[in-house]
Amino acid sequence: MLWHALTLQLGYNATLVTLGAMLLGIAAGVTGTFLFLRKRALVSDAISHATLPGVGIAFIIMVALGGDGRSLIGLMLGSAASAWLGLLCIGFLTRRTRLAEDAAIGAVLSVFFGIGIVFLTFIQTMSEGRQAGLEGFLLGSTAGMLYSDAVIIAVGGALVLAAVIAFRRPLSAVAFDPEFAASSGLNVPRLDLIMMGLVMAITVVGLKIVGLILIVALLIIPPVTARFWSERVTGVLWVAGIVGGVAGYVGATLSAVAPALPTGPVIVLVLFVMFALSLLFAPARGALAAVLKHLSFQRRVHIRQGLLALAQGQPIYEKLTLRLLQRSGLARADGVATTDGKARAAKALRDETRWQMARSREEFALAATFYDGLTEIETVLTGDQIGELDRLIGAPMGVPA
Amino acid sequence: MTQIELATSNGTRMAETSDDAALAIRGMTVSYGQKPAVFSVDMTVPVGSMTAIIGPNGAGKSTLLKAALGVIKPLAGTATVFGQPVADARARIAYVPQRASVDWDFPTRVIDVVLMGLYRELGLLGRLRGAHKAKAMECLERVGMQDFATRQIGQLSGGQQQRVFLARALAQDADLYLLDEPFAGVDAATEKAIIDVLQSLRADGKTVVAVHHDLSTVPDYFDRVFLINTTRIAEGTVEDAFTPQTLQEAYGGRLATGQLGQTALGA
Repeated sequence: MLWHALTLQLGYNATLVTLGAMLLGIAAGVTGTFLFLRKRALVSDAISHATLPGVGIAFIIMVALGGDGRSLIGLMLGSAASAWLGLLCIGFLTRRTRLAEDAAIGAVLSVFFGIGIVFLTFIQTMSEGRQAGLEGFLLGSTAGMLYSDAVIIAVGGALVLAAVIAFRRPLSAVAFDPEFAASSGLNVPRLDLIMMGLVMAITVVGLKIVGLILIVALLIIPPVTARFWSERVTGVLWVAGIVGGVAGYVGATLSAVAPALPTGPVIVLVLFVMFALSLLFAPARGALAAVLKHLSFQRRVHIRQGLLALAQGQPIYEKLTLRLLQRSGLARADGVATTDGKARAAKALRDETRWQMARSREEFALAATFYDGLTEIETVLTGDQIGELDRLIGAPMGVPA
Repeated sequence: MTQIELATSNGTRMAETSDDAALAIRGMTVSYGQKPAVFSVDMTVPVGSMTAIIGPNGAGKSTLLKAALGVIKPLAGTATVFGQPVADARARIAYVPQRASVDWDFPTRVIDVVLMGLYRELGLLGRLRGAHKAKAMECLERVGMQDFATRQIGQLSGGQQQRVFLARALAQDADLYLLDEPFAGVDAATEKAIIDVLQSLRADGKTVVAVHHDLSTVPDYFDRVFLINTTRIAEGTVEDAFTPQTLQEAYGGRLATGQLGQTALGA
């Protein structure tokens, strides 16, 4: 059954829902990247919670007009309207009062969510309309999703994705350096508004599948995960899209197999696994890589210091230094240098003397910025320049060469 | 009331100079909350000059630049660039913000930052081509950073960061260069590299305006000064406007008199 779901063999409807969820995940990951880079992740949490009153009001209005209140488009419009109102409230509180943005976000998020819950509770007591399934908007559900719902989600996700890709350059320019962006004629407030609008669109489109409480995870965890793997905006965008897409895909299939399971938490768990793996094992920025890098750096520092001590005939007191020197065959257990060690020590001392000279002369000022006590001077300066340094070292100090 | 008077009192000079000035600021007032950081400032930068904006901490130096560029919204006042409103002259302006104003752990490489200087030219849907990259590399070469093109920006030293910012401004290919503290906290080699580039810009007929904090280098680096402490204190050539009197007026008691005398004597 699970295999059938993963290979899209559960029938037309389930397949469409899965593809819709995947597209939504890709779009959310890519949109969320700019939110993350602009350091506005929290705002998306407020946006999503602020959708709930809109869902309730839209349902009530549709029932009052004689419908059954289940039209996804109607519910989406309602949620978009109340999310927009929430955004306006945050903007007003931040600009017009002394409240900081985090406080404004906290206040708006909880008040809107509270109002939404009141509406939902009231709706449960209504005799008209088909309120069953409305609570699926909290944690997400693919159960009972219609063909038309899946199409709306897929098309909505694709449209947002296209818009974000079109705006990728101005959005990253504003995220990196808003002042420069403004000076070059970009309208920073308008671009921020566009970004928030796209985040809102993702939230509204994803409400049915992921649910409003956890949609923030689909926006933020993909870029955070992707950041471990890339040092470029383009790379982060690609990886975030893939991570979001995988999460949407797996979440929707698992939920097709076990309809009682809400989709939102399943998607978040899938995201968390990818995040945890990246945190641990990413090659450049991962935790494991950081530990290994630190150990290797520590080893190089100890060996270098040990070699310099050997070259100058000083005793080595630190046990770690001695142990590392022995292990590399540079010194004996009693701390006396081996033949290899003597040669390396002499080389280290010569390197250090050259560095000291380079750092004291103005003409080598640029090269001197590379000095870190470990870098070999040959990797920074040419043979001619080193010859010049040796000549300077040979000349008596304080006498103009 | 005061402001209208100031504007009229400058009216005659404005008619004479602002049309052919590289940068003309009139009646600029910027306020954070109720206290003006910059009050009713006029400034005229002749084409082809190299001007240092100097003044004590919190005197409104950076604020004046940002307001002139429209990066922050002034309470009052206008700025024109080569006789045009700033909004119409963007293509002729390059800006180097303070290094500390951005997050250097941003996922981007050195060359990508320089390419940002070309985004305006590219528009929304334009494609980055080999020619753009070649231009970015050329700008990196001018600041001596070509070997760092593919480095992640987080690996750069402060001086290297500053040079990358300057390269991005060079990529903008402008006629007026506005720099906010380009020499703050950089190493000697970078300071030399930056001043060489700025002087070559001036040799090409470009106009340079820099917020500057090191009084001792003013006479060597610049030909004009603009002294500000919320209001304009003095403006003109280094010989005329960079004197113990004007410095005393701008800095008040914050500068030892010995230092003042020395600096101005150096001039």
